[in-house]
Amino acid sequence: MQNKVSRGTLLGFLGPAVLGLALVGIAPLLYALWTSLHFFNLTKLKKIEFIGLENYWTVLTDGVFWQAMGRTFFLLGTALPLQIALGLGIALLLHQPGLTLLKTLARLSLVLPMATTYAVVGLLGQVMFNQKFGVMNQLLGGADINWIGDPQNAFAMIIFWDVWQWTPFVALVLLAGLTMVPGEVEEAARLETKSWWVILRHVQLPFLLPGLTAVLILRTADTLKLFDMVFTLTRGGPGAATEFISLMIQRVGFRAFDQGLASAQAVILLIITIILARIYIRVFYKEV
Amino acid sequence: MTQPRSLLWQIVLLILVIALCVFPFYWMVTTSLKTQVVALEAPPVWIFEPTLDNYREALFEDGVLRTLINSLVIAVSTTLLALVLGVPAAFALARFEFRGKKDLWFWFITNRMVSPIVLALPFFLIARNLGLLDKHITLVLIYLTFNLPIVIWIVTDQFRGIPYDLDEAARLEGASQWTIMRKICLPLAMPGIAVSAIFSFIFSWNELLFGLILTRSEAKTAPAMAVSFMEGYNLPYGKIMATSTLIVIPVLIFALIASKQLVRGLTMGAVK
Repeated sequence: MQNKVSRGTLLGFLGPAVLGLALVGIAPLLYALWTSLHFFNLTKLKKIEFIGLENYWTVLTDGVFWQAMGRTFFLLGTALPLQIALGLGIALLLHQPGLTLLKTLARLSLVLPMATTYAVVGLLGQVMFNQKFGVMNQLLGGADINWIGDPQNAFAMIIFWDVWQWTPFVALVLLAGLTMVPGEVEEAARLETKSWWVILRHVQLPFLLPGLTAVLILRTADTLKLFDMVFTLTRGGPGAATEFISLMIQRVGFRAFDQGLASAQAVILLIITIILARIYIRVFYKEV
Repeated sequence: MTQPRSLLWQIVLLILVIALCVFPFYWMVTTSLKTQVVALEAPPVWIFEPTLDNYREALFEDGVLRTLINSLVIAVSTTLLALVLGVPAAFALARFEFRGKKDLWFWFITNRMVSPIVLALPFFLIARNLGLLDKHITLVLIYLTFNLPIVIWIVTDQFRGIPYDLDEAARLEGASQWTIMRKICLPLAMPGIAVSAIFSFIFSWNELLFGLILTRSEAKTAPAMAVSFMEGYNLPYGKIMATSTLIVIPVLIFALIASKQLVRGLTMGAVK
């Protein structure tokens, strides 16, 4: 049902967007590629020098880079299962019949965390998790937990906020899946068994799979992108306990001023992202 | 069917979900109404005499008002630009047949997956060389990297939903594609365009990394301003929370307006 049009028309419609995105989305990447092949330190700009793949070699053999990468995937591996478990629970809860008003309210409140400015989440974290005057320790019955200054607690705190912000998203995606299950099928299954697990596993799961895959992909991409919330909450600290990949590149590029090395790290991160994106395109985005 | 006991459980759990989502906002707003002395009381107090001093000081003495205006100007401009560039492209993707369409679509959409830090490094150097640091236009252009894909994604979807017969009829009367888009499809696609505009606005308004790296004072955005309160000791927590509240409120209003489409927008590139 689609039509062929002249080249000029096509160019008129698509040209501006393609040009715009190439200008801001591709040109900088080429420049980063150039930078990554040079010794390029912001404090020693007179000494910019072509050094081939040396920066890449440094990154690939650098324990700090791979530790940050490992930390990033560790965060994904701990936060995502929590988000899926809690999100599924909330979705199933909202899928129950009845209590319309309360459920509408719940659905609206779920929108709030994911729209919150990520930087503000981090600032809120600073206030609520402060050891002395933070409300979190008070709610834990007057606990004296040093959240921000202790490596493990700081990591747990990051997981808490990531889960707080993104569980609603998972819940709403899965809820959308649950509503796709044909009513008759679900009712027939309920006559057969009382076990919610059997219904979930055999009736609802097939309808949840596309949403779950989407969640997996997007949370992976977002964790690789994670910067704002952690930056405002811990700045990657204490030590490097919460220094995830995007934070580490920012530190190397803008606090250690080594743009060459940071660009090489960024290019490697981009390659990892592209590989992940290609996998997902292959797995389930087959139609345009 | 439902037993009263399980109904009670449902009510308890629903209230718990609502409380968990809303409590941080409650705490943010109440902290913003505390004086510094009250804010630093340990353990924290729940009942106190509220004051608007933090808002007054932050807005008018520390210059938060100007950063909010900067954020507004930047978010609105980049959204308009994304619509101007993106809507025709979306129309082409929805209506025309051409080679390389699939690849183009993937390229548009996968921009969402690229970590901003990858772009922030070269943007900083380029902006510095061109004298574009601390300028509104720089952020307006850079935010296109995520706004243009979101506009194209949502609006293409919307155009596809408009019956093709309408185009056909107009074409038989000699209308050009441009006229068809403007006169026939655009009015029908308005809901999708509005939603994509809301998304574009929210993403731009919320953005911190580029704002932090590419602005200093003239074009400083509100989130970057909030972060700059975090320097040194004896942090002004009340003021930080007041600024945070001012940043978050417009976003929450927009998000609630677009709540039905929020999930769809956020799953961009991952579900059809």
